[in-house]
Amino acid sequence: MAHEHRKFICITCPRGCALDVTLEGEVVVQMEGNSCKRGIDYVTGELNDPRRMVTTTVRVRGGVHPLAPVYTESPIPKPRIFDLLAVIRKVELKAPVKIGDVVIENALGTGINILASRNIPVKSEAS
Amino acid sequence: MLKERYDVIVIGAGPAGLAAAIEAKKTGAQDVLVVERAQELGGILQQCIHNGFGLLIFKKDMPGPAYAQHFIDELAGLHIDTLLDAMALNVTSERHVYATSRTSGFLELDTRALVLAMGCRERTRAQIALPGTRPAGVYTAGTAQRFVNIEGFMPGKRFVILGSGDIGMIMARRLTFEGAKVERVLEIMPFLTGLTRNYVQCLLDYDIPLQLQHTVKRIIGNDRVEAIESVQIDKQRQPIPGTEEIIPCDTLLLSVGLIPENELSRKAGVSLDPVTGGPFVDEKMQTNVPGIFAAGNVVHVYDLVDWVTQAGLLCGRNAAQYAIAERKHHGRRVKMKAGDNVRYVVPHVLDKESLAESAQRLQMRVTLPIEEPVWVEVMNGEERVTRKTELYVRPGEMVNIDIPQSAYDAVQRASELSVRVVRR
Repeated sequence: MAHEHRKFICITCPRGCALDVTLEGEVVVQMEGNSCKRGIDYVTGELNDPRRMVTTTVRVRGGVHPLAPVYTESPIPKPRIFDLLAVIRKVELKAPVKIGDVVIENALGTGINILASRNIPVKSEAS
Repeated sequence: MLKERYDVIVIGAGPAGLAAAIEAKKTGAQDVLVVERAQELGGILQQCIHNGFGLLIFKKDMPGPAYAQHFIDELAGLHIDTLLDAMALNVTSERHVYATSRTSGFLELDTRALVLAMGCRERTRAQIALPGTRPAGVYTAGTAQRFVNIEGFMPGKRFVILGSGDIGMIMARRLTFEGAKVERVLEIMPFLTGLTRNYVQCLLDYDIPLQLQHTVKRIIGNDRVEAIESVQIDKQRQPIPGTEEIIPCDTLLLSVGLIPENELSRKAGVSLDPVTGGPFVDEKMQTNVPGIFAAGNVVHVYDLVDWVTQAGLLCGRNAAQYAIAERKHHGRRVKMKAGDNVRYVVPHVLDKESLAESAQRLQMRVTLPIEEPVWVEVMNGEERVTRKTELYVRPGEMVNIDIPQSAYDAVQRASELSVRVVRR
């Protein structure tokens, strides 16, 4: 089978290695430019099931801020990001929100939970 | 309840300030206070809701607020005082801090060691001299980030972003998530100024076009931004005629660099490096002013918060050690005071331990001549520490007296010694 050369930029960590990859079909046969073995996992993922962490906000009623930031517990399939955002947009929480609270369980049936990434205390009457 | 004097006061409760306060307390500083302008701790991390934080320190990929929360919780467990919603107005080289807050009013605080952790702020339109009209709809990327992530409103629908810094690219993705269209990211340099991974996961993933060596030639619109005119530039950063393009949009975001925020540092006499915009520091993160330390983006702009935390830890440890030494030193020092018929005494201050090594010589001048025998007496209140005699004294002739090593115990009891010259 013919070898194909492709370039990737690994996004696993802030280093952002530029990867020169030789592929046979969808199998990595050679890689240059990676600083660690996570580069191989990244490219394999990009070829077969690209995923991304998604971070956004949900509405909160009665909190010190009108929003709570949320994130996917683990990366979700890239093609489903905008479906997920549409689901998250419908959610409204009531303060207090605690960091780690499950905002949506098993989002879109992916098995991945959506979690709050900070505390949103109740807004007191005084302030 | 605030104290009047602290071992360590930290100005700014972002990642650098939180780390410095925590480490100062753990190192043994007794009283630590964090002064913060915002109504909550955490600094800019609270609006950085994206992930990518903590890989170095926690070996975990965390969102900004979660990273901050870790340190906020740790701080709370250490009984560190916090003063929120408070503005530090001035700091002096003697480490007096003047602050004001809605709840506490005007405050004057003293500290043995001071940590500057004010972070940085964004370059604005004025600082890059963008031509064109001055309509609504021009924001820095960080301001837009606060609007979208904390306050809950969108500053526009169609965006152009000038600058390929990390905040700009992250906002391009964020705005796309919230239904906006990001028409273009323009970068004046021939290279990306943010992290490459952000180019991939913020721009490439969402087909947001990036143009290097391009800038905004003109902002168009009267009440509101209607479009921007972009232009390509050559190696000398001169616009290339004929490459202009009108890009319709309603909002222009600027992600054109960060500047360490050092107005307070200047007031305290801290010298700044014109290249970084931050204080000159030594390996302890101490500035040129003894007892004033600095850490984080106030020193130079970092690209990873983990490194800011590490700088804060280092700085906090050294600030605490300075304060502890200062406190110990303070109890060991005795002031020399001019008593009857003495104009001044040198040295002004004496380390009590110095007598363990040798006798200590005091030198002075009298106020008035006495042409008959006198006692030169070193007193601790009514207790005489030592004395000698002179046949006469005159203002023009310096008088010496040695405190002998045998006076060690007497000196330990004193907080102040006075020297007097009296008739026998």
